[in-house]
Formats: sequence, C-alpha cells, structure tokens
Amino acid sequence: MNRAGLAALWSFWRRNPLQLFTLVAGLALATALWSGVQALNAEARASYDAAASVLGEGRYDQVVPRAGDGFAQETYVALRRAGWQAGPVLEGRFDAGDTRLRLVGLDPLTAPAGLGPVSSAGDTPLQDFLAEGVIFAHPGIAEALRGAVPDRVVADSGLPPDTAITDIGIAQRLLNRPGEISRLILSDTQPMGRPPLEEIAPDLVLQPSQQSADIAQLTDSFHLNLTAFGLLSFAVGIFIVHGAIGLAFEQRRAMVRTLRTLGLPLRQLVLLMVLELLILALVAGGIGVMLGYLLAASLLPDVAATLEGLYGAQVSGALSLQPSWWLSSLAIALLGTVLAAAGALWQIARMPVLASGKARAWAVASGRLRGLQGAAVAVLLLASALLTALGHGLIAGFAGLACLLIGAALGLPLILEAVLTLAQRRARGVRWQWFWADTRQQLPGLRLALMALLLAMAANVGVSTMVSSFRLTFVGFLDQRLTAELYLGVDSADEAARLQAFAAPRTDAILPLLSVDTRLADQPTQLFGARVGPSYSDNWTFIASDGPVWDRVADGRAVIINEQLARRAGLWPGDSLAITRDVSLPIAGVAGDYGNPKGQAVIGEALFRDLYPSVRATRFGLRTDDPDALRDALVDEFGLDPGQITDQAALKRFSLDVFERTFTVTGALNILTLAVAGFAMLMSLLTLAGMRVPQLAPAWALGITRRELGRLELLRAVILAALTLLVALPLGLALAWMLLAVINVEAFGWRLPMYLFPLDYARLGAFALLAAVLAALWPARRLARTPAAHLLKVFANAN
Amino acid sequence: MRIDAILACLLLAQPLNAQGFAGMGTDAEGFAVPQPDPDFDFPADHGPHPDYRIEWWYLTANLDGPDGTEYGLQWTLFRSALAPGEAEGWQSPQIWFAHAAITTPDRHFSAERFARGGIGQAGVTPDPFDAWIDDWRMTGADFDSLALTATADEFAYAMTLEAQGPLVFHGRDGFSVKSAQGQASYYYSQPFYEISGTLTLPEGPVEVTGSAWLDREWSSQPLSEDQIGWDWFSLTFDTGEKLMGFQLREDGGEAFTAGTWIMPDGQTATLQDGALQATPLETSEVAGRTVPTRWRLTLPARDLDIEVDAVNPSAWMDTSVPYWEGPVHMSGSHAGRGYLEMTGYD
Repeated sequence: MNRAGLAALWSFWRRNPLQLFTLVAGLALATALWSGVQALNAEARASYDAAASVLGEGRYDQVVPRAGDGFAQETYVALRRAGWQAGPVLEGRFDAGDTRLRLVGLDPLTAPAGLGPVSSAGDTPLQDFLAEGVIFAHPGIAEALRGAVPDRVVADSGLPPDTAITDIGIAQRLLNRPGEISRLILSDTQPMGRPPLEEIAPDLVLQPSQQSADIAQLTDSFHLNLTAFGLLSFAVGIFIVHGAIGLAFEQRRAMVRTLRTLGLPLRQLVLLMVLELLILALVAGGIGVMLGYLLAASLLPDVAATLEGLYGAQVSGALSLQPSWWLSSLAIALLGTVLAAAGALWQIARMPVLASGKARAWAVASGRLRGLQGAAVAVLLLASALLTALGHGLIAGFAGLACLLIGAALGLPLILEAVLTLAQRRARGVRWQWFWADTRQQLPGLRLALMALLLAMAANVGVSTMVSSFRLTFVGFLDQRLTAELYLGVDSADEAARLQAFAAPRTDAILPLLSVDTRLADQPTQLFGARVGPSYSDNWTFIASDGPVWDRVADGRAVIINEQLARRAGLWPGDSLAITRDVSLPIAGVAGDYGNPKGQAVIGEALFRDLYPSVRATRFGLRTDDPDALRDALVDEFGLDPGQITDQAALKRFSLDVFERTFTVTGALNILTLAVAGFAMLMSLLTLAGMRVPQLAPAWALGITRRELGRLELLRAVILAALTLLVALPLGLALAWMLLAVINVEAFGWRLPMYLFPLDYARLGAFALLAAVLAALWPARRLARTPAAHLLKVFANAN
Repeated sequence: MRIDAILACLLLAQPLNAQGFAGMGTDAEGFAVPQPDPDFDFPADHGPHPDYRIEWWYLTANLDGPDGTEYGLQWTLFRSALAPGEAEGWQSPQIWFAHAAITTPDRHFSAERFARGGIGQAGVTPDPFDAWIDDWRMTGADFDSLALTATADEFAYAMTLEAQGPLVFHGRDGFSVKSAQGQASYYYSQPFYEISGTLTLPEGPVEVTGSAWLDREWSSQPLSEDQIGWDWFSLTFDTGEKLMGFQLREDGGEAFTAGTWIMPDGQTATLQDGALQATPLETSEVAGRTVPTRWRLTLPARDLDIEVDAVNPSAWMDTSVPYWEGPVHMSGSHAGRGYLEMTGYD
C-alpha cells in the first residue's frame, strides 16, 4: 500500500513539473542565501577563534593596563609573589622586511593550561623554545620571518594568519621592549586569600572574559547585519515554499480522496506526505547548500577585505566546509518546509473522506479573519514604535525593524483589498468592474508573492538610501579630513628628519602623522598627535564642542575624541579623559568619524612626543599649491621612490573603495532577494493560471477575447506591483531611517544624516514594474493561447 | 606542540633521550657532578647550586590536630636547570617548580606551581634563608628557625619550625650513592624540626603541632639508566631515633637500598646496600595505579622489623609528574610515625 501511495503522490509531481520546480527552486534559493551568509559568518568566526584561542582571549579573564599599552614586568612578578596565578603576554607589530606581522610572546610555564593550540610541527624540546629562541609562525609569514631574525622559525598552520608566537624574552628583544608586558592572562583557579588587584597593581584592571575578545566585539555588528539579511532572504523563500506546498495540497485533494477510499489509512497517508516533503526538503536543501557555498566563495574575498579594512581582523580568504553552517542550513531547510507545510498537512488530516475533490480557488478571507489580521498589524507596528523609542542595543533595534517589516507585510493584503474594493465601486463599465473583482478574487493566491515583493522592494529602498546617504556624507567628510595635497611615507627616523628639512622651504605646511594604538576609557583607540594649524582648524567640524578647541589642543590642555569613542564611553565635551596613567585632559570637542569602528583621540604634537618619545613619525602630509612640482622635486632631488608618495585623490579613492566593498556584499544580497521575490510572483501566477480557467470562461463567453484577457492579466500584474511599490516606498524610507538612526548608531557608534534620492527610487520602481511584467508575460501568453475547447469544457461539466 | 605537552616534558628538563624516572637517569652532559668527600660551606650551601641539574628543598611533617587527628604536610621547592649556570631575566636556564600537600585520614590535597628563573618569581637566598615561589615561602633568619607558608584554591597553611638538633649528612659525609654504577648526589637533612601552625582546610582552620623533616639534595644524574623509581622512607621512632631509607627499583626487579640510622643526638650510621630490606605487603588502587601502601621493613643490625602503614592510601600527588607521598605510622618492633614517598608506579 505504501508503494502505491508513494507512486500516486509522485505522479502528481510528474504531471505538474512546474510546481515541483517552484517548490524545489524556492527552497533551494532560500537555503542558498541563508547558507551563504552562514558560511561567511562561520569562516570569519573560525578565524577569530584561532586568534582568540591562541591567546585564550575568549576563555580567560585578563589583566590589562588602565591606560597605555604596556607595563613593567616587575608588576607581574609582584602579582605572582602575592599569589596571583597569571601568565604574561607581550604583543606587538613586527616588520620582517616588507611583511608586517603580529608577534606574540608568552611564558609557557605560567600560561594557563590549554593555551596555545600550537600543533606539533616536530618535537621542539623546551630548552630550545626557551633558551635557543624558537619562533612558531603561520606558514604565510614564516619565510619572511626567517630572513629577518637570527632565531629558528618553525611554520605552524594552527596559528592565525600573520601571527608568530615565541617566548616572551625573545619577543621583548625582537620588539625592542625590554622588561615590558602587554597584559596578563589569569588562570581559572586562583589560591585563597590573595590581596586584591588594586593593592598590588593600581594601574592594572581586571577584564572579565566576555569582554576580552576585542575582534569578536568589533565585528559582531557586521555579522549581525549579514545574518539579518540572510534571515530576510530565507523568509522570502519560505513564502514561496508555503505557496507552492499549499497549492499542491489543494490540487491533490481528489487524489487524497481516491487513496483513502482505496483503503490507505489516514495516518499512513499523512506520514507518506511528510516523508515526501522531507525528501524534497533534503534535496532542495542540498542544492541550496551548494549554491550557498558558491555564493559565499564569491563574496568571501570582499568580506575579508571589508573586515580587514574596517577592523584589522584577519580572515582567511579561502572558504572551508564547516559542518556548522551546512548542517544548520539543511536543518533550517527542513524546519522551513515543516513550517510551510504544517497548515496544509493539518487540513488534509482533518478532511472528511468524501469531501469535495475539486480544488477551490483560494477562498477569500472571511470578515473575522480580516479583523484578526488587522489587529495583528496594529500590534506589530505599535511594538516596532515602542522598541525604537525605548529600546537599547542592537537586538532591540533589529527586533523593532523586524516588527515593522512583518507588520507591513501582513498589512499589505488588507491595503490592497481596500484599494481594489474602492476601485471596483468607482469602476464604470462591466469590463472594468469584472476586472477589479477578478483582481480581488486573485488576491489571496498572489498574497504571499506580493508580500515577498514588498519586503524585497522595501529592503532595496532602505539599503540603497542608507548606502547613498553614507557615500554622500563620507565624500564630504573625506574632503574635510584629507586636506594635504600629498601624503608620503619614509622608512626611518633619519630620513624623516632629512625630509622635513628638505620640504620646509618648499611647502606651506608639513603635517607629521603620529599615532599609537592604545586603550582609552576601556576602548581600543588610536591616539594621534596633531601639528595644529590652518589645515586642521579650517576644515574640521565638530558634532559638539566646548569653547575654543584647537588652541587648547595645541597647548596640550585638551583632547578631541571621535563620535564612536564619545558614544561608547559616554563622554562629551567638558568631561575628562585619562590619556595615560599620569595624564588626563578635558575633552574639547567631539568630531564625526564615519566608517571607523575604533575610537580615536587627538592631542597636540608636543604632548604626544612627551608621552611617547619612542614613536617616530614616518608618514607626512604636505600642503602645497603645486603638488606636481613638489612631487617631482621629492623624487628627483630628495630621492624618494614614487611609490612612497600618494596624492589626495588616490587616497580618497582608496578609502571609498573599502566602503564600496562593504556594500557590495549587501548590494549582492539585495539583488538576489529581489530576484527571488520576482521569481515568487512568476511561479504564483503560473500555477494560478492553470486554475483560473473556470473564472475566465464566463468572461470569454460574454465576449472578451482571449488576447484581451491576456492583456488584462498583464495589466493586473502591473497594477498590483505598482500598488505594492506605493506601500514599499514609505516602508523602505522608514527602514532607511531605522538603519541610519538606530541600527548604525548601536552597531558602529556614529550617526549618518539621511538624504533622499528620488531618482534611485524611480529607477527601482521601473525595475520592479519590469519584473512584474516579465513575471506576468508567460502566464498571460499561455492564457491568451488557451484553446477554446478548454474554455468550453467549463460549461459542459459545471458541477 | 601543545603548551601542556611542553609543560609535561618540562619537569626535570627532560630531553628527547630522557632515561630513568622523570629523566633523572640521563647523562650529566656539561653539568657538574658530585664528588666524594664534599666540603660543605654553610649557610651558603643551603642556597641553590646552578651548575647542577636538579636540586630540591623538601619538607615533610607529621602533625596532630587538637582532637588527635593525624595530618601530613608537604612543602617542596624544586630547581631544574636546562643548562648549567645562571643568567638574568628570561634568558635564565633555571626552571623552578613546587609541590604543596596536606593529607588527612580521609582526604589528600595537592597543588603545583611553576616559575621561570632570573625574573624574581622564584628563588632561594641562603643568608638570611629565603626560599620562595609565587607566594609560597620558607624563610627565616637562619636554617634553624623557619616560617613556612603555602596557598592553593582549596587549602593553605602557615607554620613555624624550630630545629631541635643538628644537620644530618647521608652517605659518606653527604655524598650519597644511588646505584652500583656510582651515580650519586649531595644529600643532607634537618630531621629535628618541631613544627606548629594552622592548616586551612575546606572545613575550616585547624591548629596543629608535630615534627618535620627537611631534605636537601642536589645532583646532575641521580639515577642510573635502568632505575625506574624509588620508595623512600623517613621514620621517627618513639625512642627518638630516626631512620632515612630508600630503595631504588631497577628494570629487572633488582633493587639498590641505602639509608641512614640517626641517633637522637644527631650521630649517624650509614647503611650499606642490602642492609635495609623493604617488602610490599598490601597494595591499593590509587588514581588508576596499583601502589603498595603497606610495607615491611627489616634492618637486622638494629633488630628492626616493622610494618609501615599509610595514614591515607590515596595520597597521590596529582602533579605534572605524578607520584605518591603521604604520612605513615609504624608498628612492630618499633613504633612511631613518618613519611613515605613512592615514584615510578605507572
């Protein structure tokens, strides 16, 4: 009996290959987008984990200096002698020829157990590690490192990219930081009765383990964005699947009735259907995972470049098959199918054996259901407003966004119904009244496809608004900041001194770029020393400021911070900021700093040189009226390599490039989502077309030609798409506002002004309408070519 | 190489060709070798000897609580050299590690510490005497009057020690031979401490008093290649006499025994190989190993025929190189208390 049942179920798909294709393709696309995003996230996270676990950042508490980037190793010994079980770490950037790498030194005796999964590349006795000086390096940099250090270098693929690990003594020598330690990693077990940290080392502060992963913290928002997009795409895909399964079940009612009267028990039938669905889901999910892999592989270089450019995070450029994402994608595909089919299966299970076998052309929603739906929409929109106004944090922001989108999607059919009813009432002439009524009647069938289209269009509007606002603001911002005509870098402090002497008579101003990576107010921050002059005071604008800014900064009496640092640390002009353990300055101004995930602070050059005398400026900005002549002079007379000089335009292009790549990823996902929605519409129309013959036959019999019916189908599609677009536009703008004012602030710490781009919206509208026309073209043509005999048959067997 | 693998082969600076228990049977290779007729110079020799490979300051104590409960206590500081000599800072070839333990009739607590030499985290200065690693210390104006502390997550102790007798030298005036091939170490003890102080256990603090025994030993190859472990006894009899005895077990089942019979006034008599016989009577399953926890010791020259019984058979030191160490009591021809250490039972 099972075989007969399965054969019967399968025969349905054989006779309706289009629906099978819809189902599988919809699920596959949805899974592809979801799994692609998951693959990108998983690959990035694996890279962070490798970095985090080498130094135990994720798992252990740490002790870090309150300000500055290091402390004396005597403090470490004092802590150990007081009973604190901690392992020292020294970390810094090391230049091996042209290669810049991260060098990490630790003490293997005091590192907490389990630290450092340095895989065995050969047995290195401890005495070699400690006394002789062995350095373990990532294979990508091992060669470069060998040429630069006298110690033995062993390649080890278990390390994160661009990282090398060695004994702390060796690291101190190579980094030229004798007696210094960057931070301590605490063991899980500590002895009883040890004195508190403040008593032994008042300059150090305990950092609990969940805050330790700087990279993970910084990039969380980026991954959250990606995941949100993946979810949105998946939701759109599930709409398609729901539609296809529902339709299939409707059309199989006759078959179900036949099978049951033949003796197939209901439970067995339902189980067979579930089995069939699961098989389809696995097949579709499998296809989707493969597509997702291809998608992720093609996007990964952009993502990696983005993450490196924005956060300095090292992500491998090659995609590896991690069970976490493809297993979860298959599971999501199965889950989505189950959810999509649950309603239909429930109905089949409850259907009386001898119920009508005819497919019903999607019953119009009853009045009560409509009321419920309306109530749901109101609740969701209210929730969205509340979350936006009162919520804090990225999760609340995204939740508000989700409520808004779902509320709007649920509300769309209600709005369309209302508009169509109005149009029907105002229509003149039978044809138009029939047209509007027929459109209304088709609405439930197209409902899901239109909701998908709405979400895709709104996402397009919203994200493109955000991207364009960003680009506009950023270009203006770059113009402000990149004022020097030429930027150049030299190799050594000597050359820098000679350069300054050479350039002094030939330029209007020389701006050395002095900076150091440190922590201020517990945030990773870049501290700059600025040679204050008109280049700064004429061009910088502040979000907030407190009296004269640049004079005080030049005198070393104040500091400027960027918006990110201000928002994250809760500081504003007038508050005091500790620069190092001895020096605190009042904040004179907060400057906008678009696109920078880190904090930034600016102090005067003189003060900077006092605090960090070992930092030498090797990069400079030169102000001049004649950049070309100056560049020639530098190359010909001073002897600089042309590659060392960058002009302003090139630098701006490079900065914009980084951001273009960020939005390439979201742009690609946007287009794909729109394509999926268009596909949904096509499939809905196609499958409905087959069922609409009974509705169209009377109209044809009354005189409307088939060609005209076809044209009316096209018109219908265009009208519905246009109406959806009208709802999508304000929804998209609301989405854009939320992204700029809420999500961006929570995720990155800076706020963008919102600009409107009517031309972009018009273009999007045109594309959407075009997509609707294309989607409706095929069904319309099929309809126009329906043989007269089929239409006649409707009357012959009216039942 | 995992860091914990590094740590595991760290103990006693075990090179790839390590031999004997914990590598102590490996060739001396450039380190100084103990010579017969040592000429000790105190207090300087209470301090470290960086030219020798392995060295320790080893304290064990038998204690009684207010209600008569028997306790055992251990405080050991080891020095292990990767190369002879000393250097400043992280370049120092000296590695320090320490074990601390408390044994009660029901429970055994142990803890371990590691430290690099050269940076001040661990070390020993002879005069005034100060031996430390992290916050564990054994310190005093001189060797006769010491304060002892150790802390761990589950236990801690703070004790004071007063010597009631002179130093005791083992073997030939401190030159202690360990095998027929002649491997030897410099070895002396202070077995006459009276000790009192407070043990901090999970249940709360306990005031204890008793007697303690401090061993000092250093060498570069204390074992021969085929010696797989040893059983070491330090016993104090009710008569006031004391016995230090050990048996070094060899690959083929043979054993090399040695010992020192100590009079109450500090005079000693060295025992030759074979004079002391130690026979296991009963074994216990401890930490997945089979370890003898009841022994019969005979020394015909002194009419000694005793049974030595562990106070707590589960006194297993769960450290990087694990071994058994705990308090014992004796019965038979003589009665008394002492300490037992057993290594090489895997």
